[in-house]
Amino acid sequence: MSIKYTNDHEWISIDGDIATVGVTAYALEQLGDLVFVEAPDEGRNLAKGDEAAVVESVKAASEVYAPVSGEVIEGNAAIADDPAKVSGDPTEDGWFFKIKLSDMSELDGLMDEDAYTAYVDSLD
Amino acid sequence: MSEPENDQDLLTTPLDSLHRELGAKMVPFAGYAMPVQYPAGILKEHLHTRAGASLFDVSHMGQGFLMGEHAIEAFETLVPGDYQAMAEGKTRYTVLLNDQGGIMDDLMATRIAGGLYLVVNAACKDQDFAHIEAGTKGKADLQILTDRALLALQGPKAGDVLAKLAPETADMKFMNFREVEIGGTMCFVTRSGYTGEDGFEISVPSAQAEAFARLLLDQPDVEPAGLGSRDSLRLEAGLCLYGHDITTETTPVEGDIKWVVNKRRREEGGFPGADVILDQLENGVERLRVGILPEGRAPAREGTEIQDQDGNAIGTVTSGGFGPSVGGPITMGYVKTAFAAEDTAVNLIVRGKPLAAKVVKMPFTTKSYKT
Repeated sequence: MSIKYTNDHEWISIDGDIATVGVTAYALEQLGDLVFVEAPDEGRNLAKGDEAAVVESVKAASEVYAPVSGEVIEGNAAIADDPAKVSGDPTEDGWFFKIKLSDMSELDGLMDEDAYTAYVDSLD
Repeated sequence: MSEPENDQDLLTTPLDSLHRELGAKMVPFAGYAMPVQYPAGILKEHLHTRAGASLFDVSHMGQGFLMGEHAIEAFETLVPGDYQAMAEGKTRYTVLLNDQGGIMDDLMATRIAGGLYLVVNAACKDQDFAHIEAGTKGKADLQILTDRALLALQGPKAGDVLAKLAPETADMKFMNFREVEIGGTMCFVTRSGYTGEDGFEISVPSAQAEAFARLLLDQPDVEPAGLGSRDSLRLEAGLCLYGHDITTETTPVEGDIKWVVNKRRREEGGFPGADVILDQLENGVERLRVGILPEGRAPAREGTEIQDQDGNAIGTVTSGGFGPSVGGPITMGYVKTAFAAEDTAVNLIVRGKPLAAKVVKMPFTTKSYKT
């Protein structure tokens, strides 16, 4: 299992052809307290770059884009009921959706942890 | 207005270094670098304001004196409020009107010895002051106060906090003004605010602003709060944000603040757009600002289309977000008058999907002013 990152601040945990997607602690810090989260429904087909989920803070709404293409096999209902779960533990309980990858080669363009850390440092 | 490209172009308030020391997240707002939140975050700052007392820096707002023997009558030619009937030391909310009855800005005007003390919105202040100066030329003298900061102390404990530092503020009532010495600083204190809570807006000389802010922050129960919570607090209180909920395209009648047209002015007219506004008061309007409560959890933001049950567009959201004290999304916007009655079911079109909502009375939370 490996974790990859996008420059839209999503993390993708890969296990075989199943990817679990969430947003990074850096992104959550930028957003502030979350008050609403909408995860995609099971069965939805997403192309890379599609709007997959919505996160809203008190001030603003932001989209979570699909970092890879595939079929959603599960959306996290627990975070929709309690958005604070995302900020509490972004990489465990705070996952957004699981997707069955349709094109494994899309993973090649993503950053590993070191590259993402360097990317975040370059933003501050 | 266009936002400056980078921080170097932004103006700063006298509390800028204090904000940074407190760990504020600074954002451009109306040409100023302003704290949108401190490390506690918008939710906590909001809830603390409803439980204790919060200190907001609103020094970006414009302050001025309109002075002279004829200042009151000259001012009344620009606004629909009755200032002649007001005693010195009383403050009244009003609006600057254009000839079509549209709102150029909303502002606070206080009767003081020899004239008026004005507080206007940051984004409008240059044009407001130019408009007031031109409109009162030869009848009154406008002095723009560029050397004063403005702090808002808001919350149920604000009264006790300030009374400890300045006992003479204890008996001030909502919309009362007094000049008070606090901690060696001469302040203009108005018992008012923009949160729906009891509290004060306090004008202090810029040179003493930081020491004064530190004195307030040293008091138990007082925490700093930024513009983010100021916005969610005012939205819960049902208060208009100029440029969004009221604009040059809306009149006070459409904006459901027709009470700014005071009785004498209603009878006499003599304010800009009086023909339009008096006609609307008599015959009604085609659209009205209302509160709208979404049934689900999704916030509906500014610009969201409002539809009736048959899918017809009936209006637009002008302010929308999450109300931390309400514990859910809250919205205000304009709807066709036929849909403005309380409990009318409407749909908010969020990301292409209709979300059930209903028209409600504002405020969304109970106001607790000291009357």
